[in-house]
Amino acid sequence: MDMIELRNISKSFESHKVLDDLTLHVKRGSTFVVIGRSGCGKSVLLKHIEGLLKPEAGEIFVDGKSILSMPDADMNSLRMKMGMVFQGGALFDSLTVGENVGFSLIEYSSLTKDQIHGRVEESLKLVGLSGIQELTPSELSGGMRKRVALARAICTNPDIILYDEPTTGVDPITADAINDLIRGLHDKLRVTSIVVTHDMKSAYKIADRIGMLYQGKLIAEGSPEEIQNSGNPFVHQFINGLAQGPITDDIKRTL
Amino acid sequence: MIKKAILFLGKKTASFFYFTGGINKLALEAFYLTFKPPFKEKPFIEQCRKVGVDSLPIVSMVAFFIGVILALQTAYQMQRLGSEMYIASIVAVSIVRELGPIITALVVAGRVGAAITAELGSMNVTEQIDALETLAANPVKYLVVPRFLALSIMLPLLTLYADAIGIFGGWLICVNKLSISSGMYTHITFNTLLFKDLFTGLAKTVFFGMIIAFVSCYEGFNVQGGAEGVGRATRHSVVNSFILIIAFDCFFTAFFYFIFP
Repeated sequence: MDMIELRNISKSFESHKVLDDLTLHVKRGSTFVVIGRSGCGKSVLLKHIEGLLKPEAGEIFVDGKSILSMPDADMNSLRMKMGMVFQGGALFDSLTVGENVGFSLIEYSSLTKDQIHGRVEESLKLVGLSGIQELTPSELSGGMRKRVALARAICTNPDIILYDEPTTGVDPITADAINDLIRGLHDKLRVTSIVVTHDMKSAYKIADRIGMLYQGKLIAEGSPEEIQNSGNPFVHQFINGLAQGPITDDIKRTL
Repeated sequence: MIKKAILFLGKKTASFFYFTGGINKLALEAFYLTFKPPFKEKPFIEQCRKVGVDSLPIVSMVAFFIGVILALQTAYQMQRLGSEMYIASIVAVSIVRELGPIITALVVAGRVGAAITAELGSMNVTEQIDALETLAANPVKYLVVPRFLALSIMLPLLTLYADAIGIFGGWLICVNKLSISSGMYTHITFNTLLFKDLFTGLAKTVFFGMIIAFVSCYEGFNVQGGAEGVGRATRHSVVNSFILIIAFDCFFTAFFYFIFP
């Protein structure tokens, strides 16, 4: 059964069409990786699933429910079951690391301070950090901020996690640890994930399915092996990181 | 040329309605969410500190200088007429009815309003406002309501304080330089001031506080672009707050003048 389903989504910003009649199915408990060039609309796609952006046309279903016609209260309950890791971390500057990670628990749960502290520490340990609850985000490095953002997303044990470039800007060892974590959440807790990335090493490691977004549409979709052996020239150029090919030819033509 | 001018005017009119519509929508949502649980006092107290306590030094300084200037300028006129006795009453009424409220509001709009827009604008460009929504927290409830409440409550209190400091500035000049006795100055000040003066002076500051809160939050929420966008929004926030405060003050003064003379 599909946990996330996007049906014929279209979205434009001014005259630029970012998503064009896009359809996407993500099975419950699976990890779907969306690859594509920077600025091709991958983050916009994630923001639609979180209800942060509304499409001009199409339908979005999460856990079988249409989120576009959902009342605010229901949408908020659904968001409690979802976690999102933003590209730049999006940690709240005015709060400490502990308050950031435990934000939902502090705001909505009836847990005691000590219990919340314990849960936060547990989440931070999962991303390879500990003892930094009292620091503020400005005292962290870029990579640490990203891991704290990851800890914030997993702190409430969500059913769905959306990752916006989780391994960009972190060192290769941390990147691999993040890949292991995403894989672990998938294997142990059957978390449904959508990961937006252009890090192909990461994509092959964590994905059940990979889809390539190009000019607002998913131009190819398949298992990591299928994508790796794809005959589609656009996919071939992208996954092999070639400077010459149909994608760059398209760009030259529009210039 | 004419076509260009019409297009320009049309664009400006549309953006004016977009702005006022946006402010009204934000204000209505904030009013509604103010009375909707959960109620958290910590962010409200924090904002009261930022708006009220932290503004005390600059408000004290500005109010004091205004009191001194007003006494000196009034003395210049009154000495010609040989009516120095009126200085105290003119200073008191001018400060309590007009200068105290407007100067405090403009100082707070420049100091606090700009800071709010810059803070919310930075949060916006770094996706922190989106992150709030994904964590099921309403950004208006979480960010706007405490600021709006703090500004609407602290601005009248700051104004009351500014009134006292301004009158003190006037007193200092009159007693030390114009040979008016301290007792006489105080007596005239309190005899002249009516409850109506104090009430009209303070009542409008509640609205000034709301103007600062909604304009600065609206501009912060609608930042586009990076650091440059934050800078532009902060400038718009201060300029629009100033214009709206003065326009509203004019309307309010006329209203009280004609309805309750």
